[in-house]
Amino acid sequence: MPAAVLPPQFSDLEPFAKTWCLASEPERYAKRLASSMDELQAFYDAVFPRAEEAVAYCDKFPLHDLPDDVHRLLLLLYSLILVSFAVEIWRQPCIPDTGTASFELKDAPVP
Amino acid sequence: MIKQSPTRAPKQYPKPPEGTWTEHYPELGTAPVSSESSISPEFFELEREAIFKRAWLNVGRVEQLRRNGSYFTRELAVAKTSLIVVRGMDGAIRAFHNVCRHRGNRLVWNDDPRVESKGNCRQFSCKYHGWKYDLDGKLSYILQEGEFFGIAKGDYGLVPVHCEVWQGFIFVNLAGEPIQSLLDFLGPMITAIDYPFHNLTERFSYRGDIRSNWKVFLDAFQEFYHPPILHGRQNPVMSNAEYQRMGFYTMHFQIDGPHRVGSTSGGGGGQLPPEALNPIEGVFRSGLFGPWDHADLGTEGFPPGLNPGNKKRWGLDSFQIFPNFAIVFWETGWYLTYHYWPIAHDRLLFEATAYFVPARNVRERLAHELGIATIKEYALQDCGTLEATQMGLESRAVTTFPLGDQEIMCRHLNKVVNDWVSDYQRSRAEV
Repeated sequence: MPAAVLPPQFSDLEPFAKTWCLASEPERYAKRLASSMDELQAFYDAVFPRAEEAVAYCDKFPLHDLPDDVHRLLLLLYSLILVSFAVEIWRQPCIPDTGTASFELKDAPVP
Repeated sequence: MIKQSPTRAPKQYPKPPEGTWTEHYPELGTAPVSSESSISPEFFELEREAIFKRAWLNVGRVEQLRRNGSYFTRELAVAKTSLIVVRGMDGAIRAFHNVCRHRGNRLVWNDDPRVESKGNCRQFSCKYHGWKYDLDGKLSYILQEGEFFGIAKGDYGLVPVHCEVWQGFIFVNLAGEPIQSLLDFLGPMITAIDYPFHNLTERFSYRGDIRSNWKVFLDAFQEFYHPPILHGRQNPVMSNAEYQRMGFYTMHFQIDGPHRVGSTSGGGGGQLPPEALNPIEGVFRSGLFGPWDHADLGTEGFPPGLNPGNKKRWGLDSFQIFPNFAIVFWETGWYLTYHYWPIAHDRLLFEATAYFVPARNVRERLAHELGIATIKEYALQDCGTLEATQMGLESRAVTTFPLGDQEIMCRHLNKVVNDWVSDYQRSRAEV
């Protein structure tokens, strides 16, 4: 059994932590594009119902001094945001009708 | 053949006494406009000289140069140059062509001379032969100075570029002598804006290299005619029956010189019924219109200059500052900027930047994250479509396009571009 990386209350989400706790938006977006809809749906179905509780838990800590496990929980929520578009709207990993157009992220706040 | 005239708009979207927004500005005309200026390499060469080397261009904000010695470089492909923008040891912000006065090497860059860089330094030193410049552009050091013939360091400072600041936005002008000062160029409608930009320092920025003419691209970002259709699937707000049936109406248009603004109603997610929301929006209280909860802008009252039409149900202003800069203010207290940097007649670098009052906790941070993620999903749909539009125009199967009253902003940009090019050609002919 690998060591837990998320806060104990969220141990049910551990199976997704290795895949989806990604440090930057480009990594998260690339992961979404590289995933199947079954994988995205499974992630969404597991994390979405816990999102409200996860936000409340993260907010017990100062934004700029999150313990590592709480920071990883936040990264999981960032991934949920990107995955939600594929699951709730597009029903496919990529945005329809975008052709080869792509964006790079230039600036983003930390964390 | 019966020609259709615009019919009356719904009474909640009143138009000027002339009957339409377009006819309120008679110099715009109502005829179809030519698409040639979006597909012609020759016209693009004229735009470089007539517009991008004569107009004031926004290259960033003062918060990007926080300390004395802070600098960034900007690649301006449209003017075939690179600029250094720097806060000197005296605190003043200056701009220079990023070129060593010795043998023309690009002065400031890391690893790849085509990639923009930023940092903090006390002087600029050329990678080639080590000539050094102070941050105010003065040449301070020549290696083996005694080997040169009659050289005076005072004659070899960096080539300056006119640089002025309005509300924290840094503008440059590449003309030898600008036709107007920055404030005169911006004019009364834009300079009426007094917004606490300095309090919105949390910044997200995307950029994309898109195969479309800069005006074809910009046009999609300055009209609200397309969202219910192109973005109809993305958001239940956009796909609602009213918009699908009767289209979307902009509440107020205003034109001032080369600049323009369109204002629309609100409809931020917080005011919508649950069935009009994507589930994620309800959890993070954010979405298409940005965070639902109003940010504390740290100022008293409503910022001057916004909502110029004084509309009751005001939700956003889309100010289009000629030639390639836009600021979009949202009712809930955040703003977006767009920059459209032409690279060729059929290619541009698009930059979208969102600014928020810094998040105080994870909940606020996530609301910002969902807002900017939504923008990306939208804007990439536009990008794909606008590459398709460029391909359509390049075929020359159609050579003019009709523009409706809701597309007055596109008509205005088209006219201003043509006017600036004509004015440039006239001034060249007189020389």
